[in-house]
Amino acid sequence: MSRLLLKLLPVAAWLFFTGCAVQKAESSAPQVNSKNSTSSQHTLYQALGGEVGLSAIVDGLLARIATDQRIVHHFQETDIALFRERAIEHFCLVADGGCVYHGENMALSHQGLNITQADFDALVGHLIESMKEQQIPLSTRNALLKRLAPMYSDITYH
Amino acid sequence: MNIAMNTLKLNSLAWNCAKALPCLFLLLGTVPAFAEGSRVVATGGGTTIEGSAGGGIVPWAVINGYGSSDEWSATAMATGVYVDDFTLNVIGASLSFDNRFELSLARQTFDLDTMGGELGQDIFGIKYKLAGELLYTAMPQITLGAQYKRVDDFAIPQAVGARSDWGLDVYIAASKVFFDAVAGRNVLLNGTVRATKANQTGLLGFGTQANNDYQFVLEASAAVLLTDNLALGIEYRQKPNELAFAREDDWQDVFLAWFINKHLSVVTAYANLGSIAGFADQQGWYVSVEGTL
Ligand code: HEM
Ligand code: HEM
Repeated sequence: MSRLLLKLLPVAAWLFFTGCAVQKAESSAPQVNSKNSTSSQHTLYQALGGEVGLSAIVDGLLARIATDQRIVHHFQETDIALFRERAIEHFCLVADGGCVYHGENMALSHQGLNITQADFDALVGHLIESMKEQQIPLSTRNALLKRLAPMYSDITYH
Repeated sequence: MNIAMNTLKLNSLAWNCAKALPCLFLLLGTVPAFAEGSRVVATGGGTTIEGSAGGGIVPWAVINGYGSSDEWSATAMATGVYVDDFTLNVIGASLSFDNRFELSLARQTFDLDTMGGELGQDIFGIKYKLAGELLYTAMPQITLGAQYKRVDDFAIPQAVGARSDWGLDVYIAASKVFFDAVAGRNVLLNGTVRATKANQTGLLGFGTQANNDYQFVLEASAAVLLTDNLALGIEYRQKPNELAFAREDDWQDVFLAWFINKHLSVVTAYANLGSIAGFADQQGWYVSVEGTL
C-alpha cells in the first residue's frame, strides 16, 4: 500500500493544489469586489462582493425561488421587498459585514412554515447556483455555506 | 494479448452498463413521482461493489441518489475492478425514499482470470438513517445497514473451507461533510463498523469449519471535494482472515469521483486488494459508472 500511496501522492497533491484548474478560472473572476480585494482586512463579506455582490446573490436567489414550484408556495404571504432587504442584511451579518439586521432570529422567522429538508436542500441549491452566477470562488461559497448550514435545525420542521 | 484482454474487460463494463440500464427503467416504471432529487450534487456518493451508497469498497452513511425528504430516488450502476489475476464485475440498482431508506441489489461476478473459473454472489442491501444530517448537523449522519449475501455456487467456497453459502453483514456508518475544511474545500469523513462472517466479502462463502463467529471490522474513507463535482479520496477496509487455505488482506484504494450532474457519475480508483486465494499483491483499476433518477 505504501508503494501505491507513494505513486499516487504527487498526482493527488497536484490535483489538490491546482484545484484541477477550475480554481484558476475562478480566481480571476470576482468582478464586483475587485476594488476591495487589496484591502488589508479581508472579510467573507468582502469576498462575497460587499453590498453590491450580496444584493446580486440575493436577487439571483429570489429569481430562482420564484420559479421553483417546490418551494415558492412558502412565500405566498411574504412581502418580497422586505424579505429581500432582510436577507441581504442577514447574509451581511453572517459574513462579518457588520450590518445591523432588523429581522427576527431564524427559529422565529420560520415558525409555522413547516419547512422540510427538501425545501432546505432546494434553497441551498439555488444559493449555490446564484453564487456561481456571480463568479464567487469555491472557497468563498463553502465559507458561507459553513455558516448557514448549522441553521438547518432552527429553520426546518416547525 | 494484453490489449485484447483489456478490450475484453472494457467491453464487459459496457455490456454491464447495457444490462443495468433496463433495471433502472424497470424501477422507473414501478415508482411514481421521480422529479430530480433536491439534494446538493455529490451528496449521494457513489455505489460500492456491494450495491450500497458509499465509496468504492466502503458503505457510507449517505443514502443513494439525490432524494430529499418525501422524495424517491433510483440508481443503476455498473462497476469493473481489474486486478492482476482477477476481474470483478458488478451490476446493481437501488431505490431510496425520504433520504432515509435505501434498498439495493447487486450482482457480482468474479472471474478467476489466471486460474480459470468464476465465482459470483447476489447482495440484497437495506439501509436506514438513524440520526444526523450529512451537511447540516454537528452530529454526523448515522446509518444502520445490512447486506444479505448468497453465493451462486458453493462448490469452490466449500472446497476452501467455508461453512455456509449465505451470510448477513450488519454495519453502522457515520459520515459528515466539513465545509471549508482544507484550502477552502469541503471534506467528507466516514467511518464504518461491520459485523461479518464473509470470506473475501462473501465470494468465498461465510464462516469456516473452525469458526462461525461474527468478526468486527473497521472501514474508513476520507474525501476532499476539489470542485463541486470532483472528489478525490482514499478508503481502507479491514477484512477478516479466517480461511486457512490462503491469507486474506485488508483492502484500500485511492479514488477520483466525477459527479457530472445529478444523473450521471463516474468513479475511477486504483485499488490494492492484497493477497487473494494465494495470489499476492493484487492491484489494479476500478471503474464505476452510475445513473441516478
Ligand atoms: C422580479 C421578480 C418577480 C416578478 C416579476 C414576479 C412576478 C409575478 C407575477 C406576475 C405573478 C402572478 C401574479 C398573479 O397572478 O396575481 C407572481 C406570482 C407569485 N410570485 Fe412572483 N414575481 C417575482 C418575484 C417573486 C419572488 C422572489 C417570489 C418568492 C420568493 C415570488 C413569489 C410569488 C408567488 C408565491 C406567487 C403566487 C401568488 C399566488 O398565487 O397567490 N415572486 N409573481
Ligand atoms: C440557510 C437557510 C435560510 C436562511 C439563512 C434564511 C434567512 C431568512 C431571513 C433572514 C428571513 C427574514 C426574517 C425576517 O424578516 O425577520 C427569512 C424569512 C423567510 N424565509 Fe428563510 N432562510 C433560510 C431558509 C429558508 C427556506 C429553506 C425556506 C423555505 C423554502 C425559507 C422561507 C422563508 C420565508 C417564507 C420567509 C418569510 C417569512 C415571512 O413572510 O415573514 N427560508 N429567511
